Amino acid sequence: MITIDRLTKRFDRRAVLDELTLSIDAGDRIALIGSNGAGKTTLFRCLLGHYGHGGSVGFEGTSGKRRDARALARIAFVPQLPPPLRMPVGELLTFAEKGAGASRARMDEIAGKLGIDLDEVRRRPFYRLSGGQKQKILVTVALGRDADLMIFDEPAANLDPAARAVFIDLLAERRDASMLIASHRLEEVAPLVNRVIELDRGRVVLDDNLRDRLRAGDFRQALIVLSAPHAPLTQALEGWGFRSDATGTRFSGPVPSAETFRFLGLLARYGSLIEQMTLEQVPERVF
Amino acid sequence: MNAMSTDPFTPLPSTRSAGPVPRTGVSLILRLELSESLRSRWFHFYSLVVVGLMLLLITTGISESRVLGFTGLSRLLVSYIQIAMAVLPLFIIVTTARSMVGDREAGNLEYMLAFPVSLTTWYWGRFLARLVLVLAPVGVALIVAGVYGMAMGHAVPWWHIGLYSGLIAALATCFLGLGFLISAWSRSTEVALGASLLIWLLLVALLDLLLLSVLIQQRVSSDLVIGIALANPLQAFRTASMILFDPQLILLGPSSYVILDNFGVNGYVAWAMGYPVALGLALAGLGFWRFRKSDLV
Repeated sequence: MITIDRLTKRFDRRAVLDELTLSIDAGDRIALIGSNGAGKTTLFRCLLGHYGHGGSVGFEGTSGKRRDARALARIAFVPQLPPPLRMPVGELLTFAEKGAGASRARMDEIAGKLGIDLDEVRRRPFYRLSGGQKQKILVTVALGRDADLMIFDEPAANLDPAARAVFIDLLAERRDASMLIASHRLEEVAPLVNRVIELDRGRVVLDDNLRDRLRAGDFRQALIVLSAPHAPLTQALEGWGFRSDATGTRFSGPVPSAETFRFLGLLARYGSLIEQMTLEQVPERVF
Repeated sequence: MNAMSTDPFTPLPSTRSAGPVPRTGVSLILRLELSESLRSRWFHFYSLVVVGLMLLLITTGISESRVLGFTGLSRLLVSYIQIAMAVLPLFIIVTTARSMVGDREAGNLEYMLAFPVSLTTWYWGRFLARLVLVLAPVGVALIVAGVYGMAMGHAVPWWHIGLYSGLIAALATCFLGLGFLISAWSRSTEVALGASLLIWLLLVALLDLLLLSVLIQQRVSSDLVIGIALANPLQAFRTASMILFDPQLILLGPSSYVILDNFGVNGYVAWAMGYPVALGLALAGLGFWRFRKSDLV
């Protein structure tokens, strides 16, 4: 769907993206990770045509110009920081509806799930909303569009835990679109993604495509030792098909490679209980 | 729970409708910019000043006084137009210069330009909306003057009101273009504001009242002085506004011979309307080129 070839972006001679080469296929759900300054936001801005750059970014079926409105019609974007738009929320929704083909009914539905009443905030200036409300509106607009690619730059940063969980579920439901999600919390987006790309100083240092592994039927053998028995975690691990010993502290079981991040996301919630953990690749399912 | 019978990542068919690709049109941008500006403080203040000045001139009874033969509504309009020359360009250039660069700094551009809108539509749609906005209060002020004139039984110089409207529109286009150029070129609001004030001051200084008269006094080449006077859109406006009520340009002194010999009254008025518009559009076009070529955010 998108081919990025030797993409280079420099600021004051410093390369923030350094001959980055990458392709994004339909159905890819990518977690883009990397430390601050790794080039995640710069990559997004190049994809959106905000930045001039070296190399090329090609969208399937578009002209290949730096900024092509036809390509942008297929991309929905949620920035890291909500912009301080002065327009009322209703006007923003109308703009998204008329100018980008967002569905009003779908936006109403998504906003409802995120816990925001659009009728209540419709007349309020966008910049006067709380950080969480702004983020919910931006997510609503993005998910309300028929986009082929969704770009989220730290999308859940301002959301409360409940809204964050709903947001993850909403993204999981959108299987018709590819996703590119920058997040410092890999465990949070882990259940969503099938590919992890790590950037470091403008280069791809890890490109882990779990879909390929899933197709190959790979599994990992996990061993987890807890400091003390813990009923909720035991129940969750049993749900994954794990077996425990008599003490209730030692668990072992298979983890499909494609679900590794989702599994690690589960463990992250109980990190303080875990004394030992191993995850070993096995060639085929033996359980 | 976890046993994966199907691949949860297998993409489903796109729900995108088969209709035309959605695209943000110029009417939507116009509406957005108009409503955005109508809510902004600069527009409220600007409208208050532009219309308020006319009301102030009316209430002070200036139309009843006589200066250099001008009285009635003509006297009112001459005063208003001279004040407008000082107020209008400064307002336009300062508020416009900070608009796009301010949006860029705040992150508004990053978000809004991620929608499927062409840069041409975005930039020129905003230009057009701003032009309408800066001219609307002036139009209201001139209508107020006309209505007042009729109510008071003064002869209403409709032809002159029309020409003044044209001159103001030309001046507004010029400074709007300059503001857009500065906004597209500047990387920060501070730089944009500083540059706009500096340029405005320079153009004011090069009026016949100030530096231009000093240059004449210093016997600088007359061609250079005339060239500066013709190139300065503020001077073009000032001279044309005078020529409408003082066709012999007695107020201007000997310089008037150059203008009347080379242009004639109609020719100069046409220059004072055409040149600022062309200059403003050229500057805005240069700003657009810069906007399109440089990083947008």
